[in-house]
Amino acid sequence: MSDLQAAPAAAAPVARVAPAPPPAPSSALRSMPRPGWHVGTVVDARRETPNATRLEIEVDGWPGNAAGQHLDVRLTAPDGYTATRSYSIASSGPGTVVTLAIDKLPDGEVSPYLVDEVRAGDVLEVHGPLGAFFVWEPASAAEPEREDAATSAGASRPAADPPRPVQLIAGGSGVVPLFAMANAHASAGDPTPFRLLYSVRTPDDLYFAEELAAISAAPAPLQFDLVYTRRAPEGWPTPPGRITREQLEAAVIPAAQHPLVYVCGGTAFVETVAAWLIELGHPSRSIRTERFGGT
Amino acid sequence: MTTHLDGNALAGPLADFFTFDITTATGRCNGCGEVAEFARAMVYVSGAGMVVRCGICDSVLATLVDTGDRAWIGFSGVSSIEVHRTRD
Repeated sequence: MSDLQAAPAAAAPVARVAPAPPPAPSSALRSMPRPGWHVGTVVDARRETPNATRLEIEVDGWPGNAAGQHLDVRLTAPDGYTATRSYSIASSGPGTVVTLAIDKLPDGEVSPYLVDEVRAGDVLEVHGPLGAFFVWEPASAAEPEREDAATSAGASRPAADPPRPVQLIAGGSGVVPLFAMANAHASAGDPTPFRLLYSVRTPDDLYFAEELAAISAAPAPLQFDLVYTRRAPEGWPTPPGRITREQLEAAVIPAAQHPLVYVCGGTAFVETVAAWLIELGHPSRSIRTERFGGT
Repeated sequence: MTTHLDGNALAGPLADFFTFDITTATGRCNGCGEVAEFARAMVYVSGAGMVVRCGICDSVLATLVDTGDRAWIGFSGVSSIEVHRTRD
């Protein structure tokens, strides 16, 4: 499992110049846990939707993760063949149990196994936490576990800019990292205005339905909008169908309020939405996207 | 139809080799001069490996081929990479 990390150690040591002094603390520096290869043990596997499974995995040595990060799962066949896929993490914070919610792809090589076969007690190879770009952290988490060292430096640090409102836009299982962000926001009681737009096929396909209802009612401000693309509940005001530019405009924080926008979904969904956001005046630098693919 | 991902997908494959997070590192595209986080690039995955293209002009920025035993990492279309130090 650690063969990839062990290999460089065999190389002859090279002369090094004196290391540069550590950089001065700055609020611009993120403190992200380092990724590594870990052994995870499935502690719970349950149906999330008719096509998806929620896995709780106890990961030995997991350093915690920020909301929005992902991990890679590597499966190895008896003949040594390996297949690796990325999955967003629905949980965040310092714990060693991570939550995944995995959609079964019809021609997938890895997801059918994770969705239909994996049981509590099964062991998986996981690599993470990965990616510091598609991440949101509550203001209270900006200096985790550094209270003692940061006390004096913190006093002299310039005041942070007021937090920008956050718009989350999910297509299908793309809700997973965005749920992690909304949940971190709710758990922290963070005052940043949040809005979540979730495009989903049918009411049965909603991920985290109970949790989303709970955090919508929590004190941290979250406005939650749904678009059903195939079948809507009885009495739903709009007929089911793919999201339109007009629906998007009505359900996202206006560009004039300078929101940070996170979009996650299949490639076509993400690119359609991102293009409309730019037409609606959102600067491309304010839009962070994460695409997932077909296998 | 060739589908593609984005540079977020580079995080795991390159974490085996680099100690910095590639998704927040910025690269300058030789094709158009755009400076952007690698997460904003497009990533095309095939059996042979990954091709990273500029999100603005589609020029090839980088390639990654990893056989498990050996890897070839090219940044042929990037003139410089800016890396953010992290505290941990």
